[in-house]
Amino acid sequence: MNTETPILEVNHLKAYIPSSKGEIKPVNDISFSIKKGEIVALVGESGSGKSVSSLSIMGLNASAIKYRPESSILFEGQDLLKLKEKELRKIRGNDIAMIFQDPMSSLNPVHPIGRQIAESIILHKKVSYKEAMKLALDLLNKVGIPDAERRLNDYPHQLSGGMRQRAMIAIALACNPKLLIADEPTTALDVTIQSQILNLLRDLQKEFGISILLITHDLGVVAETADRVLVMYCGEIVEEGNVEEIFENPGHPYTKGLMDSIPSLYGPSKDILDAIPGIVPNPLELPQGCHFVTRCAFATENCHEDSPTLKKHTSGNRVACWNPLIKEGVEGR
Amino acid sequence: MSFKTIFQRLMAEKLAFISFIFLAILVIIALLAPYIAPYDPFKQDLSEVMSPPSAKHWLGTDGLGSDIFSQLLNGSQTAIKAALFAILLPLFIGVPLGTLSGYFGGIVDDIFMRIIDGIIAIPAIILALGITSALGVNLWNAMMAIGIIFTPQFARLARGQTLQIRSEPYVEAAKISGAGSVWIMVRHIIPNISPPIVVQASFNLSIAILIETTLSFLGLGAQAPDVSWGNLIQQGYSMIDMNPWMMVYPGIAILLTILAGNFLGDGLRVALDPKQKSS
Amino acid sequence: MFLKFLLRRLLYVIPMLFITTLIVFSLILLIPGDPVLAMLGDSATHEKIAELRQQLGLDQPVMLQYFHWLNNAIHGDLGRSIFTGQHVDEALMQTLSVTMQLVVVGMIFSIVGGIFFAVTSIYFPNSWMDYVARFFGTLGTAIPTFLVAMILIIFFSLKLNWLPATGFTSLIDGPGTFLKGIILPGFSLSLAGIAVITRHLRSSLLETMDADYVRTAYSKGVSRYRAIFKHSLQNAMLPVVTTIGLLFGTALGATVVVENIFAIPGMGQLVVNAIEQRDFTMVQGVVLVMIVMVIVINFITDIVYALLDPRIEY
Ligand SMILES: Nc1ncnc2c1ncn2[C@@H]1O[C@H](COP(=O)(O)OP(=O)(O)OP(=O)(O)O)[C@@H](O)[C@H]1O
Ligand code: SF4
Ligand SMILES: [Mg+2]
Repeated sequence: MNTETPILEVNHLKAYIPSSKGEIKPVNDISFSIKKGEIVALVGESGSGKSVSSLSIMGLNASAIKYRPESSILFEGQDLLKLKEKELRKIRGNDIAMIFQDPMSSLNPVHPIGRQIAESIILHKKVSYKEAMKLALDLLNKVGIPDAERRLNDYPHQLSGGMRQRAMIAIALACNPKLLIADEPTTALDVTIQSQILNLLRDLQKEFGISILLITHDLGVVAETADRVLVMYCGEIVEEGNVEEIFENPGHPYTKGLMDSIPSLYGPSKDILDAIPGIVPNPLELPQGCHFVTRCAFATENCHEDSPTLKKHTSGNRVACWNPLIKEGVEGR
Repeated sequence: MSFKTIFQRLMAEKLAFISFIFLAILVIIALLAPYIAPYDPFKQDLSEVMSPPSAKHWLGTDGLGSDIFSQLLNGSQTAIKAALFAILLPLFIGVPLGTLSGYFGGIVDDIFMRIIDGIIAIPAIILALGITSALGVNLWNAMMAIGIIFTPQFARLARGQTLQIRSEPYVEAAKISGAGSVWIMVRHIIPNISPPIVVQASFNLSIAILIETTLSFLGLGAQAPDVSWGNLIQQGYSMIDMNPWMMVYPGIAILLTILAGNFLGDGLRVALDPKQKSS
Repeated sequence: MFLKFLLRRLLYVIPMLFITTLIVFSLILLIPGDPVLAMLGDSATHEKIAELRQQLGLDQPVMLQYFHWLNNAIHGDLGRSIFTGQHVDEALMQTLSVTMQLVVVGMIFSIVGGIFFAVTSIYFPNSWMDYVARFFGTLGTAIPTFLVAMILIIFFSLKLNWLPATGFTSLIDGPGTFLKGIILPGFSLSLAGIAVITRHLRSSLLETMDADYVRTAYSKGVSRYRAIFKHSLQNAMLPVVTTIGLLFGTALGATVVVENIFAIPGMGQLVVNAIEQRDFTMVQGVVLVMIVMVIVINFITDIVYALLDPRIEY
């Protein structure tokens, strides 16, 4: 395993939205790090705070979303949350790049693809428009778009869904970023296209040593791609561990539920609602104690009162649960 | 959605509610104008030409000694008449035609819509000029013209809404259970198409007054003994050196009325939006 | 490809022209009583009455009358003025360019002003600029053109004596005097347009500012300025193009008011005089030309829209 210093370190990230009906905490005290060349998956149901977490890194959350002062996001030693907008702009697209869920709506409909890639290059590198276009052409080839020369002048609506996502990836890769954030990059795509895009991401990671934060609610995608997994529920990380451990030995009842809902070769998959009954609680009315308590089959008395914190288990996973499914015991914090 | 909830929502839209009150008062004033006006708007009093506001003449007198306040009241009558025409004629002719056309569809509908589109393409003032020129210049004909202009707009609006609602499951269900066309239209379609029409009617009020005062200003609308705010402004303009207020009063009257119509329309759009959560 | 697209759009215009000309023609049917007597008045001589009846072809069936009239109109013959006997097409030729110049200036003011207010309002939210823009957007459509024109004259001509209150010089005859003379009329004409464009573009911009592709642009590291001008605005302008096309028609109608107040010898003045003189053929001619202009402009708007939006296939 990679033991280098992490390229990204998120510490006690707390994002909140003040509102008249009370405070929403889309992200409530999460900490994690990403090492160089690592693919970390962030999984969880809709509304668990994955997008808010990742947009915090980019500094692109809606202005309604505020951060508590103790939060920090260290990228190569700089706290991104403390940077000025102007300094952040130098990092965005250059050191940290992002690809989004819906490639159709995420590409500007009135600009040709080539120009959208070149824009990023021109913003960060001292090159002419012509050179930027040449680099854009290389990028389109690199992400596997056939007939790239012609595609350069195509508009997004002229590409297929998979092509668009490849173009999106080309934009993100334009300045050789160190960290790539992919927010549900395959959700809007067909299954066959999905795995092509995931393969592409893995290849890129191998070739350029890019670190990737892969956001998804699809554990199949995680199994195929990631090195390490963070499981989020109601704005908190409830489990963290290596992909093999998580899949073989899920420690948190919620993770287990997610596992059971994956379609598998060996048995019929359960619907997510069968695996995890109930619904995600209203963010304004989170239950006391463990937020998962309303849906958990293993809940005990104290789950209703005290919030569990992440504890490291002998398996290597960190789990926030009073009654973890791993019984080997706890190995400190 | 009951009338009460709509009313409550409208009250929540402060500006719209104030506008509603304003327009209601204006309508009452217009109805009562002949009785509450302190003077005959045309009575000349050459001993009191261009007098400043006083207890006797609240807003002063014009170049012939006529009472400006009384003229203003009379002008409100003209404005409200034009507005009513612009709403009622389209409502009773445009909406039924549009609904029928949309409901039955087919080639008649196609031709009908082409004609409607053609009329709508003509800018309102230009069409109004053509119509008044043919009918002859007087207030009645100007109002007629305004009514004719808005009729196709309402027809198009009603048709579009009808097309949407016609294919709704509950209408299909009613058809299958043997309900007649008239029943379906009265029972299902008309209630459902009314919100956008009510909103549009409110905006029409503004546009109608805009057109009426413009035609009258050009001398192609209200003729004596009718008074229009547009005439009053025209007269005030010619006396601008002596009494600028003669322009200001009718100017403010026009502005406030049109604003009220616009604000009410904006408010109604929110209040009648079925997608809005009832809070 | 593009040519085919043009032809297809043109094909759509033809029925429109047919219907609107039919409407203009049928205005004559609205004339109460005997149209000839109505037009000429009671004191008309028998010869005059017979002549006009002949000119209008009133003894034929209505559709035939229409085709006769349309055929003449296509050949540039719109009849003669009942009042002066002048050829209507001649009178139109003399006034058309004046009105066009006025409308074009008014539209330039509307577009520039509208974009300026909408963009500043978005760029500096809740600043005084934003409030001015919103105030303008609300007030501009509520104040009649004639009132705007008179207020401008009172302040800029009568009080300050900066700009002339009346008169018109054609652009070719003297660009300087043209400019001086066109500012007030042009602005009077444009106020409603500025308001409409400000409101529409502002709400359109608010929408596109939140669009996913603008977030993508930010994720590339673009500045707010660039995000608005290079990504948001171009998309936000698309629906506004249609509005601008419609505003042309409104402005054309408003020239009637503006030309009469500023004593500009255009079609607007012509038509008002004609109505006062019960010169129906002249009115018909002006209305016809104005409507044809509106349809041509709608056609151009469609083309411009298609050129601006790459998603529209020719
Ligand atoms: N701009 C915003 N204003 C108000 N609430 C917000 C905003 N952005 C996010 N939220 C709230 O924050 C919570 C987390 O949202 P987030 O988008 O991070 O979820 P997610 O895990 O990405 O879900 P999904 O899988 O649907 O993308 C949600 O409850 C959402 O309603
Ligand atoms: S802490 Fe209790 S409620 Fe929460 S996941 Fe663990 S067992 Fe379930
Ligand atoms: Mg998300």
